[in-house]
Amino acid sequence: MVENGHHDGHGHGDNAEYYSLRAAAMQALLIEKGVCTLDDILTMADKIDSRSPKDGAKILAHAWVDPEYKKRLLADAESAFLELGYDLPETSPKITVVENTDEVHNMAVCTLCSCFPRAIIGRPPAWYKELAYRSKVVVDPRGVLQEFGTAIDEAVQVRVIDSSADYRYLVLPMRPAGTDGMSEEQLAELITQESMIGVGLALAPENVRAS
Amino acid sequence: MPKVHDRGGWPNDDSVDHSEHEMEEWERQVDALNGVLGDKGLKNTDQLRRAIESLDLTTYESLAYYEKWTAAMEMLLVEQGVMTTEEIDAKVADLKQEQS
Repeated sequence: MVENGHHDGHGHGDNAEYYSLRAAAMQALLIEKGVCTLDDILTMADKIDSRSPKDGAKILAHAWVDPEYKKRLLADAESAFLELGYDLPETSPKITVVENTDEVHNMAVCTLCSCFPRAIIGRPPAWYKELAYRSKVVVDPRGVLQEFGTAIDEAVQVRVIDSSADYRYLVLPMRPAGTDGMSEEQLAELITQESMIGVGLALAPENVRAS
Repeated sequence: MPKVHDRGGWPNDDSVDHSEHEMEEWERQVDALNGVLGDKGLKNTDQLRRAIESLDLTTYESLAYYEKWTAAMEMLLVEQGVMTTEEIDAKVADLKQEQS
């Protein structure tokens, strides 16, 4: 099936030409056969594009300011998402929110593939899907954290959560110090995609103002 | 020896590449098509997963993400009788001719 040798895995080589044509052919045939329309596909693409880390950040920032909401979010994430208007599609796998604390630092991976809470924070970043992260994080999580420039105290337990086709995880990062007077919108800006996967921490407020 | 997709703990000395891959339009459409086929009941996550996991090691390691999805989607569509490999080959030939 592979007509060419190696490339960097980022998909701009000759494999891309071969597979992009196969994909275009399948798409054309599906449309010709009346299985779906081009409009179905473009509408779906827009729908997928509409989810981004900003959505997750908004939800998690709300959990920072409302302890009762946080309890509900940790107990039953999907109902709590719905409270803020995020209605997961019926086909979406179950999503659980796990909280980082002074004692436990959670980080998510999908060793088997690329399972990710897409319905809330969009498509996974490229590194999440690649072999290095998937292979190493379960053996040397602290080493991987270091690669991301994230320092976690030795006394804090690091817990790696392996996602699956049926269960996906969103990490609630710790609220940084010095954020007491901040609005929910400002707080949401501190919550990065990396912090929601657990390879990073929420940004310190001075880092956001500086950028 | 774990199966090809089961990467947890697989020896790997590469550092994590933090660069983001700019999604190409065809990849965006494969992503969307996968969702559409899901809505139409023509595939589910487990079927896609099973098809990707059946790739041989060299293919698995050399293909980029949406290239694997495309290979898997072809397997599933052919398997379910939605289309044949010959139809896809013929359509690819047509598309190539249109391009030239």
